Amino acid sequence: MLNFVDSVQEAVAGIRDGSTVMIGGFGNAGQPFELIDALLECGAKDLTVVNNNAGQGDQGLALLIKEGRVKKMICSFPRQSDSWHFDTKYKAGEIELELVPQGNLAERIRAAGAGIGGFFTPTGYGTMLAEGKETRIIDGRGQVFETPIHADVALIKALKADGKGNLVYRKTARNFGPIMAAAAKQTIVQVSEIVPTGALDPENVVTPGIYVNTVVRVAASDPRIAGTSEKVA
Amino acid sequence: MTVQSNETSIQTSATPLGRDDLARLVAKDIAPGSFVNLGIGQPTLVSNYLTEDQDITLHTENGMLGMGPAAEGDQIDGDLINAGKIPVTELPGSAYFHHADSFAMMRGGHLDICVLGAFQVSATGDLANWHTGAPGAIPAVGGAMDLATGAKDVFVMMTLLTREGASKIVDACTYPLTGVGCVTRVYTDKAVFLTGPEGVTVRETFGCTLEELQELVPVPLKTVVK
Repeated sequence: MLNFVDSVQEAVAGIRDGSTVMIGGFGNAGQPFELIDALLECGAKDLTVVNNNAGQGDQGLALLIKEGRVKKMICSFPRQSDSWHFDTKYKAGEIELELVPQGNLAERIRAAGAGIGGFFTPTGYGTMLAEGKETRIIDGRGQVFETPIHADVALIKALKADGKGNLVYRKTARNFGPIMAAAAKQTIVQVSEIVPTGALDPENVVTPGIYVNTVVRVAASDPRIAGTSEKVA
Repeated sequence: MTVQSNETSIQTSATPLGRDDLARLVAKDIAPGSFVNLGIGQPTLVSNYLTEDQDITLHTENGMLGMGPAAEGDQIDGDLINAGKIPVTELPGSAYFHHADSFAMMRGGHLDICVLGAFQVSATGDLANWHTGAPGAIPAVGGAMDLATGAKDVFVMMTLLTREGASKIVDACTYPLTGVGCVTRVYTDKAVFLTGPEGVTVRETFGCTLEELQELVPVPLKTVVK
């Protein structure tokens, strides 16, 4: 069931304590800041968050971590020059970290959406990130068994949605959006623009509406995303 | 760069190479038409020396082929960044794709070369470049393991010695591994090494003889048989 809602608060209202939440974005590109702010406001806690990073600066996911809402991060690159909120929580032992090589993270998310029960991959073989995992030699290469990552909710950002929930993205802000949309039970999308059904070229739809549950329009004027507002049109 | 006429010498420069000279050399060694991923840091310098004739397509892990130079001024667009989260530009013929596709093309062996930095490389091409393993250090791996495992050729760029003077080419890595037996070439300020199951072969040296190099590196060095 596809819903169009009027506010980000309404969009995230159903997120419960203890949920696994995928959040799109790579760095700031594609991060659904307004949905994350609304999630912070709604007070849901004990969250497991799946994102490539673990928050930057004093915004978005970093604030969710600062406020103690996140019990576990599943990510590939938590440590950055401005990841101070995660660093503090991690060093205090107040947040759990599952570190996953970025391609394994992406493929585990993809596998969840595609109904795959797991896969063998050469990435990480022979390293500490494969410790305790099943391995096989396949075609002469060591490979590691990796399992899918499912989520209760995905929060993603796209450029446009049509009336069927079909999505198109913008440049490298696409990143994790399409695979997270498929991997979560409830996919909530913030878009810069909602266009009439039929206005998107079906050949160019990136995420078909079947993966989308909730759409909210957020004007693309966020100063944290340099250059977005004037180039969106 | 001076090439000595003496056939037994593999010294191609009278002095060690600086970072830019090394980047120029790596760029020259990339075959025309290649698809290439340049790691964060020193490897990024290589893009400054790729020529239009080479027709190299740059891949960035966050979902783009055909990445152009760093964006400046009005070109800066928060939705168009590279793996280092630096604003970049798109070139004609570029393509965007999602993260699973980006790493599928990496893991699937479609990228010809990736160039990475390293803490250590072993005699058989094991790579350590993601984690010092120091107590209290927050581990962060990003795409390093996928790149090391997936590209057809993995080139490493690094200084040969640590600040303390220890060789970063080692018998076995003491830092946590990024990948096993994945590195094919190591470009350093003092020499270019080829690594593989057979051990380490020196292709050329800069500002030192093979004998002087052997004194610095704790694994047996061979030279290319002419």
